[in-house]
Amino acid sequence: MKLTFSHEDELFRQEIAQWLSDNLIGEYEQLKFRGGPGDEHMFPNERKRWEQHLAAAGWLCIGWPREFGGRGLTINQQVIFHEEYARAGGPGLVGHIGIGLLGPTLLQFGSKEQQQRFLPGILKGTEYWCQGYSEPGAGSDLANVATKARLDETDNCWHIQGQKVWTSLAHEADWCFVLARTEQGSTGHHSLSFLLVPLDQPGVDIRPITQLTGTSEFNEVFFDDAVTDAANIVGKPGEGWRIAMALLGHERGVSTLGQQMQFSNELNEIIRIAISNGAASDPHIRDRIARAWEGLVVMRHHALRMLSNPNQSQQPPEALVYKLHWSSWHAELGKLAMDVLGPEGLELNAAPYQLSRLQSLYLFSRADTIYGGSNEIQRNIIAERALGMPKEPRTKSA
Amino acid sequence: MEFAFTQEQRMIMDMAQDFLTEISPSDKIREAMATDRGYITELWQRVCEEMCWQAITIPEQYGGLGLGYVEQAIVMEQMGKQLFCSPFLATQALATNALLLCANEQQKQRWLTELAQGKITASLGWLSGSSLQNRHWGSQSVQASFTLCEGGAILNGEWQQVVDGHSCDLLIVAARSPANGHIKLFAVEPKACQIQRLPLPTLDQTRQLSRIIATQLFVPESGILGAQPDQRKELELILSLARIALAAEQTGGSASTLTSSVDYLKERVQFNRPLASFQALKHRAADMKLELESAISAVYYAACIADAWSQGAKSDSALHRAASMAKSVCSDTFTFCAQEALQLHGGVGFTWEYDVHLYLKRAQSSATLFGAANIHRARVADSLLGPIERQETSYETDLQP
Repeated sequence: MKLTFSHEDELFRQEIAQWLSDNLIGEYEQLKFRGGPGDEHMFPNERKRWEQHLAAAGWLCIGWPREFGGRGLTINQQVIFHEEYARAGGPGLVGHIGIGLLGPTLLQFGSKEQQQRFLPGILKGTEYWCQGYSEPGAGSDLANVATKARLDETDNCWHIQGQKVWTSLAHEADWCFVLARTEQGSTGHHSLSFLLVPLDQPGVDIRPITQLTGTSEFNEVFFDDAVTDAANIVGKPGEGWRIAMALLGHERGVSTLGQQMQFSNELNEIIRIAISNGAASDPHIRDRIARAWEGLVVMRHHALRMLSNPNQSQQPPEALVYKLHWSSWHAELGKLAMDVLGPEGLELNAAPYQLSRLQSLYLFSRADTIYGGSNEIQRNIIAERALGMPKEPRTKSA
Repeated sequence: MEFAFTQEQRMIMDMAQDFLTEISPSDKIREAMATDRGYITELWQRVCEEMCWQAITIPEQYGGLGLGYVEQAIVMEQMGKQLFCSPFLATQALATNALLLCANEQQKQRWLTELAQGKITASLGWLSGSSLQNRHWGSQSVQASFTLCEGGAILNGEWQQVVDGHSCDLLIVAARSPANGHIKLFAVEPKACQIQRLPLPTLDQTRQLSRIIATQLFVPESGILGAQPDQRKELELILSLARIALAAEQTGGSASTLTSSVDYLKERVQFNRPLASFQALKHRAADMKLELESAISAVYYAACIADAWSQGAKSDSALHRAASMAKSVCSDTFTFCAQEALQLHGGVGFTWEYDVHLYLKRAQSSATLFGAANIHRARVADSLLGPIERQETSYETDLQP
């Protein structure tokens, strides 16, 4: 067990740091430190151009194997990349759902044809993805998905009927991976399938949801006889739940490091403001800032434990607590930001509702403890899987 | 970077777990609590002979195992799980580090060799200031005095909360020069000199504390540790290393409180269901697990920093910050978990018969020992925000309207 990096890895650090300082300039200068959590709606087109620039130099899908066009970096090099990317103020990636979630899932479960068709768009930063899991009737009870898909042999296409909700960045995406029910009358997580659906078609209607921040990262996505080719199913019909869950496993992979580095930048900004506005002289605020720093170190080392754990077949405890930990930590960071801002935090930059970064952090982080499995669902998972406690008896459905 | 145990480290952990499960069941803990020393001498001898834990961080040239702080943390964590009563914390985490950092070669040859062989136990006393100074458990708490004299030094003072101070064979104490405020460490063999040692009845009966009193005590030159004129820096380093070891022990204690609570909830039936199936209780157990995993990440992070520091790859301030972080996180975790365990056990958790109260008391004593969580977070805050001018507290506040 050690935390220091080898000389070779440190040389790699210099290489990526140099590349970023040479390239995150000019038209990309304005993107520094932008596009993170709560700021994802900003500069979408400019950020996509930046991602294509990264891609051209081979810095987009750094963890993918070389034979699939990735950079094939070791875990240590990926850790270093994320550290340096954040230090340089590298913008949040619009393509993170494709790069971090769908890509690795296709590498694991996709057919050769699917890999050839879909991986290059992600690698080049030219095709963007969103995730179609939650529905109005399937939130915490995700297996209650009602969206239906039917294979029509006349046109050899899946026909999709239903509604997804809380779909992040759907308005910036070209494709959506959809969890849909492919056997009529089935219930629960049986008979769900994992479909890849193009969004630019008459059967798809994307409506932004205005959040309490006044901005819209999330959308409702309506499928009214939307179609996708019969070949665009990952795995077999009925394997959707297994694939959907494996995909969520990638949320706890290296991509968490990028998120943590964003958090680190937020905490640094709070510390800067606390020092400059005098909040840093309040012992209570100092205690909370120290707690925040400690929580971030813990989070980082949870992630390093996960990444250093070669046994991926079974979820280790640090993976099971990860979401509950970061969401609670980030929600508290948002409150801390407001308390550090003090009275000035009550005034907006401009009408009608233009939030500063920290105001936006405070409001947006209210969602962290809800999406991606609420804290309450996370606690059930921890109790049942890590501690072996029994499930709460279910009421029989009427 | 490899933040996982090596095969060898896993082996140390498994062996420690098996060994401690065998030698430290509840009745042995209670037997140890009733002894004057606070531990069972034969069991400590078995540790020294069969496990060699007393020699973990002692370099091989003195007959030690030459292992690092990660290995020490692994062993401490397992001892904490079983609430093992032993002189390990005082001997390994305090005194051994004091000798490693302060002693001259001759002193190391003599005492580290004896320690590695398990022939002697040792401790460190430094708290000798006012209550307010002692809360910090740092160099500012050193107010006992020394004056150099012909052939040695004269010590005067009263050291508080000395872990295993009344039973150890070698006692290291820190004292301050009234002339220039410098701090020096002194090694005395209590059985061979006029030093008063008062064992104190303790809230946590699994760890013995004592008060040490020196009046015009002469320490020969051979007992003045090392040649550094001021060992304030060394003392702070010793204490940071000890805090990491204690934090590891707290992590083990937290793990036990969680395991025993979950076992109890699975067993106990109310309303025709095991208590473990109630969401209100599952969520409390999940929160304990969350805190426990945080403590584990914190403590092994800090232990890695200590290893890197000992190899010259991390600065002193990095070590101090990591140690304060681990101590504050693990103190909060253990006190939270022990309190939750009591609540989850219901009435039986309040009895003397069940072990819940032993962990609760150990949690409270460990949280206080070597500095409470808020003290350490204040140190972390100082490192992030710079120190603040603390306003003098006025005790004359008029509470009348």
